[in-house]
Amino acid sequence: MFELRDIRHDYDGSEVLRVAAWRATQGEQWLMLGPSGSGKTTLLHILAGILRPSAGSALVAGEDLAAMPAAKLDRFRGAHIGIVLQRLHLVDSLSVMDNLLLAQWLAGAAQDRARAREVLAGLDLADKANARPHELSFGQAQRVAVARAVVNRPRLLLADEPTSNLDDVRCAQVMELLQAQAAACGATLVIATHDQRVKSRVPNQYLLEAAA
Amino acid sequence: MNLFTVSFSYLRARPLNTALNVLLLALGVATIVLLLLATHQLEDRMRRDAQGVDLVVGAKGSPMQIILSAIYHLDVPTGNISWQQANEIAKHRAVKRAIPLALGDSYRGFRIVGTTPDYLQHYGAKVAAGRAWQQPLEAVIGAEVAARTGLTLGARFHGVHGLGDSGGHAHEDHPYDVVGVLERSGTVLDRLIITAYQSVWIVHAEHHDIKDVRDIEKQLGDDEKEYTALLLQYSTPLAVAMLPRYINNNTGMQAASPAYETARLFSIIGVGVDVLRAFALVLIFSAGLSVFIALYNAMNERRYDLAVMRTLGARPATLMGLLLFEGLLLALIGALLGLALGHGFAELLGHLLRAAQQVEISGAVFVPEELWVVALALGVGVLAALIPAWRAYRTDIAATLARG
Repeated sequence: MFELRDIRHDYDGSEVLRVAAWRATQGEQWLMLGPSGSGKTTLLHILAGILRPSAGSALVAGEDLAAMPAAKLDRFRGAHIGIVLQRLHLVDSLSVMDNLLLAQWLAGAAQDRARAREVLAGLDLADKANARPHELSFGQAQRVAVARAVVNRPRLLLADEPTSNLDDVRCAQVMELLQAQAAACGATLVIATHDQRVKSRVPNQYLLEAAA
Repeated sequence: MNLFTVSFSYLRARPLNTALNVLLLALGVATIVLLLLATHQLEDRMRRDAQGVDLVVGAKGSPMQIILSAIYHLDVPTGNISWQQANEIAKHRAVKRAIPLALGDSYRGFRIVGTTPDYLQHYGAKVAAGRAWQQPLEAVIGAEVAARTGLTLGARFHGVHGLGDSGGHAHEDHPYDVVGVLERSGTVLDRLIITAYQSVWIVHAEHHDIKDVRDIEKQLGDDEKEYTALLLQYSTPLAVAMLPRYINNNTGMQAASPAYETARLFSIIGVGVDVLRAFALVLIFSAGLSVFIALYNAMNERRYDLAVMRTLGARPATLMGLLLFEGLLLALIGALLGLALGHGFAELLGHLLRAAQQVEISGAVFVPEELWVVALALGVGVLAALIPAWRAYRTDIAATLARG
């Protein structure tokens, strides 16, 4: 589904990330492990097509994101990639439902309230559709962020440290939820984490070494 | 979900800020609209009142005062002119028509104008009830006079010397009979009481014992007959160059040009209007600055929103459009509110002026220039959003998200 080759990324003249090769097939679920500062977020951004690596190629669904023209990359990202950010970043001036419709609108997809409601219901958020993000608990807000990431049925679902600051019970719930949602739309799942508790839940693991 | 709903949701999320910006803009727009409406209607009204009068002849004095007293009936006359001299001018070959005016009295603040039926005809007056006067001491009253004094057909009233509401010497011997009420015409006639010029002679010939008002002309000596002013219409355009000078040099009278004096009046008023307009423009541009600061700060607060929108597939141009549209939307709301306020203020001003029996101003009039004011406000809104929009366009998604 994606294939990274000889990826290198520099920041302010020093190397912050190096990936020799990593490939995954459609529907696989992966953990991207590594200590803090090993470039997990950077690599996730490269996979998401919001950061171009300094060198190397990042093929996602057969297309090289590193070489894709900007306008095409924006469309590609909207249509095929869902991302759950560590700090969620829901749009607070919009309701939960409107956050989902926003994702559909910005991706250039048809605005499908039925699909949005279905996703919300699947995440036990049916009664929160008209709530504003600041009225939600962290757990609810995180589920809205997942809903926003999967509402367009992405082929690649990315999550950045989704379990940090969660207790064991919630940690398990979030992992199950991400895995179930990815499976439901057939998406390849990549979770960037340094949380040792989740290791046993996902068999495919890519270990990122701290940059020299 | 579209540009409007997203932009509007941000405006709604900061109600105080939005209200301040809208209000600033609305006040600027309202001030300009009010000025436009007031000056437009004032000029329109004054032009209509002076229409068809090429020259006014009155007693020596300020030409401006002659125009204000004889055409707009806003001032006291400069004095009276001799009947004989006036008749000579009226018969001058450069004069097509001369309407004599005999002024001096009023009733409850409304001026009594002694004249000929030509005066009514000149303004195209229509009688709503009753008829025009047929003999001295019969009077027709303007619509505003009827409405405010309660005088009706058949009513009888006494003129009072002067133009004030109170005071002045009452002419008890010779009451006027109301024989007609005029339709509202939107001209100075609305607030006049109009009668034959002989009525004014009768009322003021106190040392004569007038028995029969119908042959008053025979009972007065020629040197006792006076007009206050003559409204002249030229028979030839050449008269402009000749007649005023002839009158000023060869008679004891003063000629005043309504066109010239009115233009002079407008230019005096114009200074005040320009100052107010500059003030309103300052308001609009400070509103623009306030919108700029609000959007610029919003840019910082929203940098994650903007970055997230990019991860969701938004093009940089979409983010730019979002901020530009937000500026435009603010400006549009401000401009519409400003239009409404401006017309509301104009209507209010009209009510206040009506109570003072001055010119009428209405809020229900639209002036094409208002569209320029709206365009200006929208332009300011877009301009204020330009730099924030450019920053939104250049949002570095990965760097922004990596920070938070």
